Amino acid sequence: MLKNFFPNKILSLQNKTINILVVFLLIVLIIGILYSFFLSPPDYVQGNSVRIMYVHVPSSFISLGCFTFLGIASIISLIFKIKFLPLISKSLAPIGCIFSLISIVTGSLWGKPTWGVWWAWDARLTSMLILFIFYLAYICTWKFIDDYEKANKISSSIAIIGLFNLPIIKYSVDWWSTLHQPSSITLTSSPTIHYTMLIPLLVMLLGMTIYSIIVFLIRYKIEVLKFKINKKKN
Amino acid sequence: MLSKKVKPRIFFLFILLISIAILIFIILKSLEKNVVYFFSPTEIYSNDNISFDEKIRVGGLVKKNSIEKNNTTINFVITDLKKEIIVSYTGLVPNLFAEGKGVVAEGKLEDKKYFIADKILAKHDENYMPPEVKKALDN
Repeated sequence: MLKNFFPNKILSLQNKTINILVVFLLIVLIIGILYSFFLSPPDYVQGNSVRIMYVHVPSSFISLGCFTFLGIASIISLIFKIKFLPLISKSLAPIGCIFSLISIVTGSLWGKPTWGVWWAWDARLTSMLILFIFYLAYICTWKFIDDYEKANKISSSIAIIGLFNLPIIKYSVDWWSTLHQPSSITLTSSPTIHYTMLIPLLVMLLGMTIYSIIVFLIRYKIEVLKFKINKKKN
Repeated sequence: MLSKKVKPRIFFLFILLISIAILIFIILKSLEKNVVYFFSPTEIYSNDNISFDEKIRVGGLVKKNSIEKNNTTINFVITDLKKEIIVSYTGLVPNLFAEGKGVVAEGKLEDKKYFIADKILAKHDENYMPPEVKKALDN
């Protein structure tokens, strides 16, 4: 399994694999969108604005998941100097970044009809904005520092420091009083979302995850190619 | 198993991570007043240093049967089921503002039992369900 991510393996990635994934993505997304727009019921307090959740929650999940990988991979790569790990992180970062932005924008669109404001400086929203800034900082170090070793060290430090932000995002709604509601899906208790709303949420999560995997595979292949070309030049 | 080069790196990172964690903990602890988005009526009651001149936020549930409307002014009671605070507000309220639901009011304290709000935010909980299920649950 892990061997498939080795640089030489990814270079043999065929367009066929991507195409299969794209077909799969379209099917899941169409089901997900139909379900979340038409089949799922409105909420008993929020009405139809609850449908924003089906984009908002999966985006947040993916952006948090990507950063978790970035942080842990950075620790491992700083210790063991594994060459291909930074390349994986580098290809994942823009995906997580764009999804954290989507999460903030959809959250803002959801906040206006429910809370009455676009934005509030509460702990959850602020820590999510900080995550987005960490993503930008991470991407910028790779963009603007040409030396690979140097860029790797700086971006890894950013990812490791940003790792501490993740539990703050996750538990902000439990630790402090926030405008944002607590989590509906937790590991310890059953979800507080009715199953007719939980299903489209999970389908959308699956769809967005497949999308992320496709973009990741393409980006990762390009990053490995770039890395090899740079190596040959020097 | 671990080479000589790797061990000091692990040690260094370990120390660094712990010190960052402690640093962040201290920062958050000292900023706790600012991190908290709103105070509950109990916190306002028991806190002697609460400011009457600065804007603060009070949050809790809108007490049942407490909403009184005169023209554009609306009076209601925020409760955390232990202490209560009367809120007076002029203006439009969000759609989700209702009795028994969560609310956050922004404004100034007149005294510990009376609050003049200039902004009302509705707060909803983590329960999502269709209206029919809610009806069935209530019956």
